[in-house]
Amino acid sequence: MLTAFIFYLLIIFSGTGGEMCVSRAMKTVGEVTDFRPRSIGRTILLALKVPWMWLGVGMMAVGFFSLLGMLSIANVSFVFPATALSYGVGALGGKFFLGERITAQRWAGVALVAIGVALVVIGKG
Amino acid sequence: MPASACDREEEVSTKVATVPSARKNLRPKTYAMILLMVILNPFGNIFLGKGMKRIGAMSSWAPSDVFHFFFRAFATSTIWIGIGLLLAFFVAYLLVLSWADYSYVQPSSALANGLTALLALLVLHEVITPLRWAGVLLICLGVFVVGHTHPRTTEQS
Repeated sequence: MLTAFIFYLLIIFSGTGGEMCVSRAMKTVGEVTDFRPRSIGRTILLALKVPWMWLGVGMMAVGFFSLLGMLSIANVSFVFPATALSYGVGALGGKFFLGERITAQRWAGVALVAIGVALVVIGKG
Repeated sequence: MPASACDREEEVSTKVATVPSARKNLRPKTYAMILLMVILNPFGNIFLGKGMKRIGAMSSWAPSDVFHFFFRAFATSTIWIGIGLLLAFFVAYLLVLSWADYSYVQPSSALANGLTALLALLVLHEVITPLRWAGVLLICLGVFVVGHTHPRTTEQS
């Protein structure tokens, strides 16, 4: 039970936190306006020089392996709907960690998506 | 964050100049990139899933079996197509995060769940339960609501 709980926390906080770190790294690199392959490659190389990117990818990897670990001890029908909480955590992280402005409209959209994702997985049949 | 990390961040942000005129094109290019992500992710997963099913489960955790499992996996073209599509998805994800809010991109990319359900119905002829359709509908509604907020609410560095 404790193992499952730890895995769950890691999926939500490490996975979502990793994505937020990656987002921070990309904001540091700056807005991409040139979509030619060479320019995209240069942007990715620049992103790899930002420590947030490495931290983010590492945390996402921890989140992914925690998901695999959780799936080995709990049912898919429980695990995936439960991870819909990551949308709420993502919005909170966007607000407090990335300084994004989350309007009531965006909160409403995030809530609808989170419930929708949970239903899609529960209703897999 | 350590001081060296801050220095590195400042150094990198000065290397790529932001273009103010690009702001007016923000919404169309955000939609286009999210659409790309929403297509690439489910297709990548489907190819990867098909490839893994073709090679079958790992018989044991013995080193030789693990080696053979990965050897067969990497010798399967379907798996490489899946990996390629997922890599392309990740690049699109990185690019869109260079200008759009994370709290905008994360829920919007959930549209992939809708496409997966549609692919399961049309390609794999799976039965989609009414509950699942209700979920897809809610996701679409949620993405529509989020999509009507501005993709970027922070100042570009």
